[in-house]
Amino acid sequence: MEISCEEVWREISNYLEDEISAELHIRMEEHFKGCKHCSAVLDGSRNVVRLVSNAGAFELPAGLSDRLYQKLDRKLSERRESQKKE
Amino acid sequence: MAEFRKGLVSNAVGNTPSGTQSDYMHGTAEQIVAEDTNASTKWGNVKRIAQLDPTQGAHEMLEVGAPSRPSATTSAVLTKRQGDASEAELIQRVLSGQEEAFRQLVRPYEYAVFMAAQAILKNDADAEDAAQDAVLKTFTNLAKFRGDSKFSTWLIRIATNEALMKLRKERHQRLHDSLDEPRKDDDGDYIPRDFADWREIPSEALQKKELRQALSRALAALTPKHREVFVLRDVQHFTIEETAQLLGIRKSAVKTRLLRARLQMRDALAPGMDGSWSTGRREYKPVRPW
Repeated sequence: MEISCEEVWREISNYLEDEISAELHIRMEEHFKGCKHCSAVLDGSRNVVRLVSNAGAFELPAGLSDRLYQKLDRKLSERRESQKKE
Repeated sequence: MAEFRKGLVSNAVGNTPSGTQSDYMHGTAEQIVAEDTNASTKWGNVKRIAQLDPTQGAHEMLEVGAPSRPSATTSAVLTKRQGDASEAELIQRVLSGQEEAFRQLVRPYEYAVFMAAQAILKNDADAEDAAQDAVLKTFTNLAKFRGDSKFSTWLIRIATNEALMKLRKERHQRLHDSLDEPRKDDDGDYIPRDFADWREIPSEALQKKELRQALSRALAALTPKHREVFVLRDVQHFTIEETAQLLGIRKSAVKTRLLRARLQMRDALAPGMDGSWSTGRREYKPVRPW
């Protein structure tokens, strides 16, 4: 049984996850063979997943590693100061 | 319970100390929730926490103060865990007063802490602020970490709670919050807008600042609920089921949101995906069958 483009779009993410039935998988594969637009959507979605999987996909703000401990360092130095006074 | 968020666990790509996703993530969401409470039984803990609003509850249970010495239970759990000896040792060192060991303990998860907060807050400065608070609270509550699941799990959940608290405060302050409130059709069908036939993206394309900026912009354009799911599943590699558990939503909701997020990301990145990331070509025409 043929499957429509709309149905394919609805299931494209599950297709990538392999979270669809074997029967639907076959129907979608058949559809991709004859539909360049849906194939493009599939390839693009797959590329997105590949891209963001890469460790360098999202940059951390410069200097974050040091600033991450700023509040902690402040707290610790306050504690040391108060210990000195005691 | 519907509104209860069990927290995010992170497994940042390239920042996982060792092992696969499955051995990186230990235990169920219930265990994750239970681990930073002091109640005596797991189920008792879950019940107790579940009654609280996560944006306040679990968060408010973490009080800022000096870390105290570990309980006998904590020590036992940490020593019997295998493969995590160095992490367990670092925790023990921090708890015994060697504060400098704390940075070493947190360093592999800095990316994950920031991304967990950023996924919720969308704004780098706010995410950084929440991440700093999370680091401080993690330090001061380290003795409460029971070791039932990974340290990273606990750390990221604290970061998530901090981000949620901040988001809630912001929304309260700004009635007309620009942070995209869910629209009625947010979980409805998403129709792709661009049918360009994308090429294989060469890995070196990621070195291009332009692409990384486009990725960040596309991610920021997602609504918070779609972004959370996308970051957990596609950026941090949790399974659909784990993502559902961690967010306290159904698997079906994860799948629906993931679909929209992926298609939306794809459309947003289309102008560069036809090859211009690698060729430097500028002109772009969307491909549409209509």
